[in-house]
Amino acid sequence: MSFYVVQFLTGLASAASLFLVASGLSIIFGVTRIVNFAHGAFYMLGAYLAFSLTERLSGTLGFWGGIVGAALIVALIGVVVEMVLLRRIYRSPELFQLLATFGLTLMVEDLVVLIWGPDDLLGRRAPGLRGAVDFFGQAVPTYDILLIVLGPVVLGALWLLFRRTRWGVLVRAATQDRDMVAALGVNQKWLFTSVFALGVFLAALGGALQIPRDAVNHTMDLRIIVDVFVVVVIGGLGSITGAFVAAVLVSELNAFGILIFPKISIILVFLVMAIVLIVRPWGLFGKPEAAARQTPGLSVRPWQPLSFNERLACVGALIVAAALPLLGSNYALIVGAEIAIFVIFAASLHFLMSVGGLASFGHAAYFGLGTYGVAFLAKFLGFPMIACLLLGPVLGLLGAMLFGWFAVQLSGVYFAMLTLAFAQIVWSIAFQWVEVTGGDNGILGVWPAAFVATPARFYWLALFVTAVSVTLLRVLVFSPFGYALRATRDSGLRSEAIGLNSKRIQWTAFVIAGTFAGISGALFAYLKGSVFPDNAGIALSVDSLVMVLLGGVETVSGAVIGAIVYKALSIWLVSYTDLSKLVLGGFIVLIVVAFPKGIVGTFGSLVDNGRLPFFKRALPGASQAEGAE
Amino acid sequence: MSMAPTLLAVEDLSKSYGGVHAVRGVSFSLAAGEILALIGPNGAGKSTCFDMLNGQKTPDRGRVQLLGDDITGRPPRAVWRLGVGRTFQITATFPTMTVRENVQVALVSHANCIFNVWRSTPAFQRDEADRLLELVGVGGYADRPCGELAYGDLKRLELAIALANRPKLLLMDEPTAGMAPRERIELMRLTARVAREHAIGVLFTEHDMDVVFEHADRILVLNRGALIAEGSPDDVRRDPQVRAIYLGEGLVYDARHREGAGA
Repeated sequence: MSFYVVQFLTGLASAASLFLVASGLSIIFGVTRIVNFAHGAFYMLGAYLAFSLTERLSGTLGFWGGIVGAALIVALIGVVVEMVLLRRIYRSPELFQLLATFGLTLMVEDLVVLIWGPDDLLGRRAPGLRGAVDFFGQAVPTYDILLIVLGPVVLGALWLLFRRTRWGVLVRAATQDRDMVAALGVNQKWLFTSVFALGVFLAALGGALQIPRDAVNHTMDLRIIVDVFVVVVIGGLGSITGAFVAAVLVSELNAFGILIFPKISIILVFLVMAIVLIVRPWGLFGKPEAAARQTPGLSVRPWQPLSFNERLACVGALIVAAALPLLGSNYALIVGAEIAIFVIFAASLHFLMSVGGLASFGHAAYFGLGTYGVAFLAKFLGFPMIACLLLGPVLGLLGAMLFGWFAVQLSGVYFAMLTLAFAQIVWSIAFQWVEVTGGDNGILGVWPAAFVATPARFYWLALFVTAVSVTLLRVLVFSPFGYALRATRDSGLRSEAIGLNSKRIQWTAFVIAGTFAGISGALFAYLKGSVFPDNAGIALSVDSLVMVLLGGVETVSGAVIGAIVYKALSIWLVSYTDLSKLVLGGFIVLIVVAFPKGIVGTFGSLVDNGRLPFFKRALPGASQAEGAE
Repeated sequence: MSMAPTLLAVEDLSKSYGGVHAVRGVSFSLAAGEILALIGPNGAGKSTCFDMLNGQKTPDRGRVQLLGDDITGRPPRAVWRLGVGRTFQITATFPTMTVRENVQVALVSHANCIFNVWRSTPAFQRDEADRLLELVGVGGYADRPCGELAYGDLKRLELAIALANRPKLLLMDEPTAGMAPRERIELMRLTARVAREHAIGVLFTEHDMDVVFEHADRILVLNRGALIAEGSPDDVRRDPQVRAIYLGEGLVYDARHREGAGA
């Protein structure tokens, strides 16, 4: 019995940090409507800075001064970020805000490695709290008791701040109606900045307080952000009480889940989240969200099928691509095959995002499932390659059916957070269920059959599958189903009023996108000859988002161009610099702020404005621009 | 008209929000081919009433029957499938599609082809879509992005979308708001013609009394959630209660009086 009590207390102690970070995220979202993906990065920065400060400052005062000082410094960094970056994107679509803050996260990851090095750092224990308290014969660290007390104290302090101060009243007013608060003469800019600073302070404090419990390392940002997303989805985005209750719930589920399913304890959290989503889609303490904002500058140019000449141009481009083995080296062919595979992957996400308006932040889950599908069939069942390629993606399809059903119950930022959490669950299973997946060592030796064993032949296979997939997706866009899907994106009210079952249509689209992602994953497994958990990782999910964004979200097939440019660029980048995340993150932020329409969209606008007279007649619209490729 | 079969039968429809009784015990019926107007001052419960008819909102009490089928509380998409088209007070269309495509989506849905993945929608019943657009008077804009249309034209487009369903019943929430006076008359004349030709029942709300008295066969008057009068335009025009509460000076005077007291 006492063992369970101790386990319960450990859970409560873990909840403290989770609550701090989640409440910060909720406060920022409430006022600015931005889901700050970089919150995990601020949490990590808080931990690193607290580590450095507490190493240098001595004594009890030095330790606590270091913790609070670290959080304050990070809050200042947050102020700079808000003023320089976020102020430019408050009016942007949610997707861009999530991406920009994710770009920031990538940059911070490389920066902390530059400054503090790649190894785990073990922080100082809190002076005077190094010991343990005896609980019925079981030891509970004194520091944990402090954390257990701290959670409710912070909750109370926040409550007082929002209920009893003028600033708090303004923040609550802005949470309900920003425009009205501005109309009443409140300086919005500084209100937003101060709210962001408070949210970042809480995140950094959460990180700083972890150093006596956990090693500091450069992957802690993504670990916490996924947990935090789960917490705010369960608790309800924008509710601080919800963040507290859900943080306790999730931490306890983790603490006890480990006893029940030691390998895959995350399943338990997933189940609870699923139940909450079915019963209260907006979370335990949240309110139903108003309809999502229309994307500003949403393309008013309706999409058109390719004309005869444009189709001819596409076939021409395909023939040129198919001739690569005549001139390219083996290396070029392998890179070419990889690019082709990523074109399918990006196109599948593009279908979901652009046509369906559903921005998935966890699309790699279905890519990863496709790779593992192939690996299981080839290694465990000894299936031949063709059978594996055909059946492997079924795992992606099944995953998309399961997760998609829950995801389409939500929309906007909730959809993004939920899909990310699902992808992380897939990744965790691949990583932790070592007996089946090989864990971090992956599954090796997935070799292609003899008839495509040369780089040239494999390249042709990849190119063929890509051409077929992209064509199918394009046909789908202009099919009745594609229009029904666009209808649900454009106006949910009107769609339902003309007999369209929005959820079922969106679910179907999710499954289609997941299946095509699975197809690209299946090819990828054969390209690499091995399968790893990172095939379902967050980095890959974000790669796909950037490819779509780079090509142009509002175009029919911009993702094709986006994938080619992005993949070529990143392969080149990785071979030239160690700081690829820093460059990539900066690149993402730059696109969001400077070129939100992407390559194809920007090209289309230039043509429309008569800036490229040469293309005027040949290519009247961006939707046709890919024909020029 | 009285010989026509009952299309829509509403019994004791009620809905309250918290302590506010938005709609209280409303009962009426509508025959095929009949044009019925629902009028009443702002806040009388017209929109709530409308939303309960096509499943946008669920009533607390009461029953809605369409050709004898109980459709109370069925979702909007199910009500559409039974042959009910609706236009909204604030238009809801698909802004990234062309005007023609807006109608084509409705045609696709009417033909039950939503999950078809290989046909080309731009070619789907194109002539039928153009015919409907021509009918409501926006045929010239077929290839324009719907987001570029003027408000009055969006209202016409909504009518075309509703007609794409070959409806038995049309629910039109302020169909002529935002239109010039002559356009209003034209649109309602058109609606009346289509309704008579195809025996479609029409229920509409409207603030413009010229439109109401010229085109309605029958008028329902709603005040504070309850029906206070029902009858032909002449009957309603003469009803002293209606004059006092709705058409008369009562409300304006009342409002002025209260304003004065508050200031």
